Amino acid sequence: MRRTRLYAFLAIAGIAASQAVSAADAGGKIIAAQCNGCHGFEGISKGIIPGLRGKPAVYLSESMKEFKSDKRKGTIMNRIAKGYSDGELDNVAKYYSGLK
Amino acid sequence: MNRRRFIKAVGAAGALSGLGLVGCTSAGSKPGSGHVVIIGGGAGGATCAKYIRHLDSGVKVTVVEPKTEFATCFMSNWVIGGIKEQNWITHGYAGWSKKHGINVVHDTAVSIDPVAKVVKTRGGQSIKYDRCVVSPGVDFRYDTIDGYGEAVAESVPHAWHAGPQTALLRKQLESMRNGGLFVIAAPPNPFRCPPGPYERASLVANYFKKHKPRSKVLIMDAKDAFSKQGLFVAGWTTHYGYGTANSMIEWRSKANDGMARAIKAESRTVVTEFGEVKADVLNVIPAQKAGHIAAVAGLTDASGWCPVDPLTWESKVHKGIHVIGDAAIQAPIPKSGYAANSEAKVCAAAIVALLNGRSPDVPSWVNTCYSLVTPDHGLSVAGVYTYTDGKIAEVKGAGGLTPKDGHFSLEASYAESWYQNIIDDMFG
Repeated sequence: MRRTRLYAFLAIAGIAASQAVSAADAGGKIIAAQCNGCHGFEGISKGIIPGLRGKPAVYLSESMKEFKSDKRKGTIMNRIAKGYSDGELDNVAKYYSGLK
Repeated sequence: MNRRRFIKAVGAAGALSGLGLVGCTSAGSKPGSGHVVIIGGGAGGATCAKYIRHLDSGVKVTVVEPKTEFATCFMSNWVIGGIKEQNWITHGYAGWSKKHGINVVHDTAVSIDPVAKVVKTRGGQSIKYDRCVVSPGVDFRYDTIDGYGEAVAESVPHAWHAGPQTALLRKQLESMRNGGLFVIAAPPNPFRCPPGPYERASLVANYFKKHKPRSKVLIMDAKDAFSKQGLFVAGWTTHYGYGTANSMIEWRSKANDGMARAIKAESRTVVTEFGEVKADVLNVIPAQKAGHIAAVAGLTDASGWCPVDPLTWESKVHKGIHVIGDAAIQAPIPKSGYAANSEAKVCAAAIVALLNGRSPDVPSWVNTCYSLVTPDHGLSVAGVYTYTDGKIAEVKGAGGLTPKDGHFSLEASYAESWYQNIIDDMFG
């Protein structure tokens, strides 16, 4: 409910709050489509970049958050994960996890 | 529910504030149906076609592309440098079109009528559309370098459209004498693949180191700075003696009289404001503009590129026509293959939404771009972008370059894997 009010406020204020909208992207599909470029169509990787399809949501979500906080040192993912809220990362994790 | 309500509200606010968000179906199209004609089957066009079909199999998609095989400009430096063969960067359409139910017309689009909504081809076809996507890549401003032109490029390649030009430059490199000078005339901003000329210099130097060690690469630049400069310079210093008298790579900035004003094709000579440089192999990458059809269709502005609303990538000039990839004004997203792929997905989702009578979702973009200094020394730049105040905004604190102490060898491995996956995302 709090979230709904926040969105309504942002809309009325005329702020194109894409961060907030992306967070509301409950299926994670919009952001996940952007991940496919490196991780493969629908998360199926053809090479050494890890595939994401069907992996447990907790594993995917925790991995991305650890990259985001630099707790885990990767290469490019430390820079990319910082572009998203924890909620957005959870949604992306759920999306790929749900692909069987 | 929350999201839908919010987007509706933003749509109304956007329309009121003149953002021009489109929230209705195009005339004549039924929800869940419609015909999308995509001009150009490269990184942008192929991705857009495939994603539209996956998002809504009721939408018919036709791709107009003259070539029966498509060579990607990204990774073509790997072919020039001898790391990969030409067939590695070349992809056909036959299996792809069948797999995804996409109609491919191997012809050249010569006009777009935005009122009648018809694309005409050189072969005489008239193709009616509900929405048109223009993804023509770049064309060259040959008039900016005296003595250069399309015919001259047959002997002095630009190799900035991959395919025969890539093979030609590779052949010239292989035929060059040991001790020769390979000159790359690099273009002014904005242009396709900003780190491309510098990766090319790197991989040519890598070839020289192994096969023609007395040879040298000279980059003559129309700019005073370039993409990933610090990382390239550090890599060149490590691998090619950059900064020493024996450096295999030299970079001459615009301020240092590096900019090519003219060329003499017969003698492979570059003419600058104050002097001349004679090359053994000359690679001229001219200034660029949106691909030809974009200008013909009146989609470009005075800059030579196409203004769009990034929510849908619909042209700000002609309704019902979307422009994606290098041809679009997409700053702060750079003109890269990944960007075209990223924009194509946003455009595909927006078109499917519009054809189904829904408001488009608020988008999100990513750019990821790898370059090699050597086959085992990779660099990357990344960016995450959101839609803010009707424009594309880079998320602060995210993205950026490989750190100075980065995993260069791992990034080189990921570069190859990146290519395999993005190609599968586009052409698989």
